[in-house]
Amino acid sequence: MKTENQKAWFFVLPVLVLVAFNALIPMMTVVNYSVQETFGDNVFFWQGLDWFEQILRSDRFHAALGRQFLFTFLILIIEVPLGIIIALSMPRKGFWVPVCLVTMALPMLIPWNVVGAMWNIFTLPDIGLLCYFLNHVLGITYDMTQNPLAAWVTIVTMDVWHWTSLVVLLSYAGLVSIPDAYYQAAKIDGASNWAVFRFIQLPKMKTVLTIAILLRFMDSFNIYTEPFVLTGGGPGNSTTLLSIDLVKIALGQFDLGPAAAMSLIYFAITLLVSWLFYTLMTKDDLN
Amino acid sequence: MQKRSIIPIVYILFLMLPIYWLVAMSFKTTNEILSGFSLFPQTFTLENYVTIFTDPSWYWGYINSIIYVSINTVISVAVALPAAYAFSRYRFLGDKQLFFWLLTNRMAPAAVFALPFFQLYSAVGIFDTHLAVALAHCLFNIPLAVWILEGFMGGIPKELDETAYVDGYSFPRFFGTIFIPSIKAGVGVAAFFCFMFSWVELLLAKTLTAVAAKPIAATMTKTASSAGYELGLLAAAGTLTIIPGAIVIWFVRNYIAKGFAMGRV
Repeated sequence: MKTENQKAWFFVLPVLVLVAFNALIPMMTVVNYSVQETFGDNVFFWQGLDWFEQILRSDRFHAALGRQFLFTFLILIIEVPLGIIIALSMPRKGFWVPVCLVTMALPMLIPWNVVGAMWNIFTLPDIGLLCYFLNHVLGITYDMTQNPLAAWVTIVTMDVWHWTSLVVLLSYAGLVSIPDAYYQAAKIDGASNWAVFRFIQLPKMKTVLTIAILLRFMDSFNIYTEPFVLTGGGPGNSTTLLSIDLVKIALGQFDLGPAAAMSLIYFAITLLVSWLFYTLMTKDDLN
Repeated sequence: MQKRSIIPIVYILFLMLPIYWLVAMSFKTTNEILSGFSLFPQTFTLENYVTIFTDPSWYWGYINSIIYVSINTVISVAVALPAAYAFSRYRFLGDKQLFFWLLTNRMAPAAVFALPFFQLYSAVGIFDTHLAVALAHCLFNIPLAVWILEGFMGGIPKELDETAYVDGYSFPRFFGTIFIPSIKAGVGVAAFFCFMFSWVELLLAKTLTAVAAKPIAATMTKTASSAGYELGLLAAAGTLTIIPGAIVIWFVRNYIAKGFAMGRV
């Protein structure tokens, strides 16, 4: 049982100071910009909530938000089941376990722009391995720089390549914590593979899967570097996800007001959806 | 059992293909790359690697990255340890709210913060230093470190603390000589994750540096745009960025799965 002790605040103080310095001051700057207009030279005019209204009504924002939700939805419905299947078929003990874990974790430790550059080299027309294989061996016309569908398939495949291992490692951690006795009991009862999965393995993986889905949601919703390096948001605007659009407005056009308002709306949506996911997935535990 | 192992094998092959292609490219000459498709390097060359190891603007990129990643890992773990102890052992006013607020910082898109960070760090005069990047990465690494460490500390029975106090240990001595050694694995895992997220992040690191502390990732993006089509060099630089991660991962391989599960399975 935890004891009540207000002095514990002293222990969290360094964390509080460091995180607050990084979170509150920039956040206040963003809020400040979001209600003002500037023509440079540090001259600002009060603008009220106009920027928020403008962003919420703009087709450009709706389109980027739609693409963002589509991207996040696609990678979640591919990565989560795929990750569970791979975790289920991995060896539980022996020499191959560390080999699997290390090779699978490798993509996650590559800097994000290198991931983008690597996939760029992999899919270059005529000299990229994937592109060459598809065009010359399978005879499928594939050109990521011209065809929006090909660009989408590429960025989704890249994310699956990059992050499915996170789901695998988490599910695997849940699986190895199941005592053998559970499986023996299931065998005596003559349970099918599906029943073992549904009533023994899935419930044990639930906590870690919640963490996996939350992390994957947050990170894919904020994804910037990899698709930016790979497609630059193109062809056209077809792969311009929210972050890419935001950076274009903020640093490309230097429209600080609209960019700040968009940042706040963006952050609010991420928070809201994360909270919804979290409450939905932990609802059963509370009842 | 044998049939099942096909799935991980296929998956690992899929993971290795783009990495193989990057490594293969790094051993090719620019001529060979541009002249057409070849599955293996025809004229094997180390020229790209020689360029990187002899040009200071290249190898300093690696040194800069390693410096700020190390500073960040040390700061994050050092301040997260007492905080995680407080969260795992005590109830105090606003503890749950504080914990949740810390986690929300993990959700903020880095793109949101890029410009304000630039202004903040310029204003306090540490723009373009390793410390600036290390501090900025604390935003998402400290909450993660607290989360992981709290999970590991929760697994240590409270009796350990009480026995130590009865035996006359002062708090700092107990914390340093008994408690931290008993959650070694947790400290390793937390440090690993801080290393990982600081190493792979580019947007903030690039925004907060100009010349003196420029990370390797930023050097690579400059090359890609300015020097035209030096694919071999880019591939070699990319290959080298994989190595530190691979080394670190080998050391913590037994704790990875546990760390992702935050000790809460």
